[in-house]
Amino acid sequence: MEILQYDFMVRALIAGAIVGAMAPAIGIFLVLRRLSMIADSLSHVALAGVAVGLLLKTFPPIAALGATSVAAVTIEQLRARRMMPGDAALAIMLYTALALSVVIISLAGGFNVDLFSYLFGSVLTIDWADLWLVGALGALIIGFVVIFYSELAQTSFDNDLAITTGVPVNAVNLGLAILTGATITLSMRVVGVLLVGAMLVIPVIAGIRLAKGLRSAIALAMLIGVVSSVSGLIIAFYADLAAGGAVVLTSVVVLLVTVGASSGLARVRRTRALRGGAEEAVSATVSSAQR
Amino acid sequence: MFNLSNGFSGPCLKLNGVWYGYGAVPVVEDVSFTVQRGEFMAVLGPNGSGKSTLLKLALGLVAPQCGSVELFGSPPSKLRAVGRVGYVPQKVDSLRSQFPSAVEEIVSQGLYRGFDPMGIFRRPGGPTVTEALETAGLTAIRSHRISSLSVGQQQRVLFARALVRDPEILVLDEPVAGIDAAGQERFYALLRRLNRDKGMSIVMVSHDIGAVMREATTVACINRTIVFHGDTHALTQKELGKLYGFSPDVLVHDALHEHR
Repeated sequence: MEILQYDFMVRALIAGAIVGAMAPAIGIFLVLRRLSMIADSLSHVALAGVAVGLLLKTFPPIAALGATSVAAVTIEQLRARRMMPGDAALAIMLYTALALSVVIISLAGGFNVDLFSYLFGSVLTIDWADLWLVGALGALIIGFVVIFYSELAQTSFDNDLAITTGVPVNAVNLGLAILTGATITLSMRVVGVLLVGAMLVIPVIAGIRLAKGLRSAIALAMLIGVVSSVSGLIIAFYADLAAGGAVVLTSVVVLLVTVGASSGLARVRRTRALRGGAEEAVSATVSSAQR
Repeated sequence: MFNLSNGFSGPCLKLNGVWYGYGAVPVVEDVSFTVQRGEFMAVLGPNGSGKSTLLKLALGLVAPQCGSVELFGSPPSKLRAVGRVGYVPQKVDSLRSQFPSAVEEIVSQGLYRGFDPMGIFRRPGGPTVTEALETAGLTAIRSHRISSLSVGQQQRVLFARALVRDPEILVLDEPVAGIDAAGQERFYALLRRLNRDKGMSIVMVSHDIGAVMREATTVACINRTIVFHGDTHALTQKELGKLYGFSPDVLVHDALHEHR
């Protein structure tokens, strides 16, 4: 295949696949807690981190990782103390972070190519060192979800019930918060700050709609995530499109197709059951008439 | 199933001069009571009287600002009593979010016994889960998604989840809200069996004065502070009137004459 002759595309596809699997694995626990807004707020916090990184001329992704971790832990602490008024606090955080980014970026000498690569993703410029970081953190995040599955499922179903069942909820929620920050920082590389939330949420919605059981919902969401990021990158390569946008649009198409197909299938099954009943009734009438 | 291990032989639950408030406004004021083993205590009180907060205090979900709570002899936040307490909340947040788990999976959650790195690969179920599903009348819908069930069925799933651990005390927050009359009758019959035959202690918040009169052995009337606490037999219309701020003749007339 022509696409595999380019090293940068091979690296992009590997990174895309890892992020495609990782983002929904974390995202499902946010969606189930009705906290999908957190992904958006944290991605803008990551942008503020990037801005600080650009200003100080340090490695922006590390600054972003630090900023999202601090913000995620703060949100979690507020939530644990039942001081979280929900959407309002997340919206305030989003706009504060965005305004802060704009101010810091103007201090740092304005809007340049570097900044745009963070806003819209820069998966094609990933080098081997970046890829190792993505791989290591991806393994850590998926490992966390596998190992702490019971605890994550319990706390997502109901925090109070989890406490009375003996789940160490504070530790689990804190771990989830920190890894959410890490996931967002990594996903940002593929689709950019503005579209990170989509990576964490869209495959999850498809998975939850289709699956029967939480385990299969996670597996399905991860599969849909991988398929949409790899095929989105291939489409972007051949059609010469922006990679991040292509990945997210592909996942939206996959969502629509899977949800449409599943409800269509359910309708066919219902009709067939009805028609089957009718045919039986007809053949019974016919045979009784023949007698 | 229901063998009660006795590590501690005192009362199941003891509240001593407990205060709790949101901000400057106290919702629970100087509440003290004890629930003995085998007791079926109902908690009555008007809306906003602090009943649910009281349950949260008893379970260690919130810490008292003043006073002390003991669950089997130690503070509930120490989690020493895990597995000896079954909690059935009034509602669960995630049921609005299309939670994809099957009934069986949710009931199995009640069996949680600490960190298990291979937990994701274990199939939910087992003999205790099957028994709890049967007790709650959920066997036929054990593989249905919990989000597709009616409110009453979801309530029974939460009940089975509490029961699967074979607890010594059940804590129920308005367990029959959203259940039809026949379902309520079956539910109370089940509680009666657990309480009388198995000796399970029960603490139940309820608005159903008639059912409380019939089923509970003791009753605590709460309106921020304790208005009445004692045997159900000793509860009179005067106290109920004090509790609700009017004479609830209509509500309790039959119940007061009928109670056992």
